[in-house]
Amino acid sequence: MTDTRDKPLLDVRGMKVGLPTRRGHLPILNGVDLHVKAGEVLGVVGESGAGKSITGLAVIGLLEPPARIDGGDVWFDGRRIDSLSGDDLRKIRGAEIGVIFQDPLTSLNPLYTIGYQLVETIRTHLDMSAEDGEKRAVELLDEVGIPAAASRLRAYPHEFSGGMRQRVVIALALCANPRLIIADEPTTALDVSIQAQIIALLKRLCREHGTAVMLITHDMGVIAETADRVSVMYAGRVIEEGPVAEVVRNASHPYSRGLMGSIPVIGERIKRLPQIRGAMPRVGAVPKGCAFAPRCPLVRDLCRSERPAVMPGRATSAACWQYSPRWEEANPAEDVDA
Amino acid sequence: MFTYLVNRLIQSIGVLLVVALLSFVIFNYVGDPINNMVGQEATVEDREELRERLGLNDSVFVQFIRFIGNAMQGEFGISYQFQRSVSDLILERMPATLELVFISALFALVAGIGMGVYTGLRRDSWLSRFILTASLVGVSLPTFVIGILLIYIFSVTLDWLPSFGRGETTKVGSWDSGLLTLSGWTAIILPSITLGLFQLTIILRLVRAEMLEVLRTDFIKFARARGLSRRAVNFGHALKNTMVPVITIAGLQIGTLVAFSIITETVFQWPGMGLLFIQGVEFADVPIMGAYLLLAALVFVIINLIVDLMYAAVDPRLRVSAQRGKSTA
Repeated sequence: MTDTRDKPLLDVRGMKVGLPTRRGHLPILNGVDLHVKAGEVLGVVGESGAGKSITGLAVIGLLEPPARIDGGDVWFDGRRIDSLSGDDLRKIRGAEIGVIFQDPLTSLNPLYTIGYQLVETIRTHLDMSAEDGEKRAVELLDEVGIPAAASRLRAYPHEFSGGMRQRVVIALALCANPRLIIADEPTTALDVSIQAQIIALLKRLCREHGTAVMLITHDMGVIAETADRVSVMYAGRVIEEGPVAEVVRNASHPYSRGLMGSIPVIGERIKRLPQIRGAMPRVGAVPKGCAFAPRCPLVRDLCRSERPAVMPGRATSAACWQYSPRWEEANPAEDVDA
Repeated sequence: MFTYLVNRLIQSIGVLLVVALLSFVIFNYVGDPINNMVGQEATVEDREELRERLGLNDSVFVQFIRFIGNAMQGEFGISYQFQRSVSDLILERMPATLELVFISALFALVAGIGMGVYTGLRRDSWLSRFILTASLVGVSLPTFVIGILLIYIFSVTLDWLPSFGRGETTKVGSWDSGLLTLSGWTAIILPSITLGLFQLTIILRLVRAEMLEVLRTDFIKFARARGLSRRAVNFGHALKNTMVPVITIAGLQIGTLVAFSIITETVFQWPGMGLLFIQGVEFADVPIMGAYLLLAALVFVIINLIVDLMYAAVDPRLRVSAQRGKSTA
């Protein structure tokens, strides 16, 4: 929001998503702010249920009903896209914003050859003949490192391994040369040795094509290796944002510090990994003030009554009262933990 | 693919042999056939001579082999009731039944899949709700009630369509077709709706359930994320994935159409095999019953064979697993 350096490619402002249920309206995202600049890799981290994937889906208008956007807006390349009609948004999906989902085993339609699915996507977005589409499909498969690409066009998804299928999925996301790729846990379903290959591939391709990436993951290792910047999410909000090195080594928010502290370091022998006590509040039961207050070691009465905005912290920005001038006046909160 | 086909063929032949055995048992052990054929005055010698001539003194095994041999040549004996060859009778009646089954199957498939897709995609529209409620009626009403109801409305009250018979028929070779004349078409409407309504509702509900299931899958979400048009997603990707279970059920249902046609043919006095069978039952005409049983089994087996081939055509995973001789769950 305060970013005036250069215009971001993707700008999400105050995104609110809710789920109407029989027992009332459940807020899932409580005002998410994040942006991705052209060509950069933004890591979005947080524990399960923090709202990372929902944010990704909301950006491209693929929320599963009855979940819906309650507020905020999404700007892509200077154009507001959350208010676009279904068909106009569809033309942006795949063409300008590519998506990669978590599970490559189920992302591809089992009944069609990968060539069919590639050519179908290419020809949806680019004005191409069937032969040219096929040529481009082979180029793409080549590029994502599928051996003997031309002969593999006629193969069905089940004839590929998991890692190879994720390469096909990446090729599908790159079909129309999008300017942004939203990768939602792209390596979680793969085994570790393949994970590194896929991340390296994604990184290389995006650098070559100048594609920006919004990389959603809970794997801090992947983020540390890949991302330029990091947004940390907690209970439906972004609570810290900054350059990756600073977030990993010198986080401002107590939650992020706890998160980074729980990454094991190879070669260091410890009995028990440090952990953050307590659990993230359930959707619909987020406390009034700072959502992290019940677990925070620094909590003061201010944290329990008012929700902090994102403000400059140490080297990053964080939604934490300790960086506000009001912090000094606040009193230590009584411990409510019994 | 070839070994797969051969496997299925061997299985089919097995099924047919078992049914033939049943048919043979009925044919030979439901009462003494000699008693049915000769009059009261026949002497014991006459009976013995006839028994010998018909080969009834041979061992059961030899008789069964002979029965199979005859059946394979389409020879099922003489009808007690009509004093004519059963195979001639059945061949005469077959076109009527097959045309009826074909038209009802077509009706059930086209309308069932169409309405199933619609109700799956537009879950909340009032038309979907109406179709689903109406389909409950279709499932719960027995066939003969539907037939009588349709006759009452369209033949008796409105006088639009004939209430019985096949209308005018034309000979095409040995096939007696009712689909080439206007009166034939008007005559087939009510019976085929009656026969197909139950199948239609089953297919409708199945397609709807499968559509709802498939629309939730990851590859549909990914197809949307790729920016494919609504049409390509719904019909290209979703509908095709609902087809494997639909083909299974539709195949079985078309088989039962042949069986159900007995009732419909009776209600509409449709001159097909079902009506012949009912008449056969009334007169204890064992050769007709046996032949009909075998023929119904043959139809089921052929349909199942076609269904298996269609699986492979729709789902590439089944092709591979069949080739390797193992199945992937």
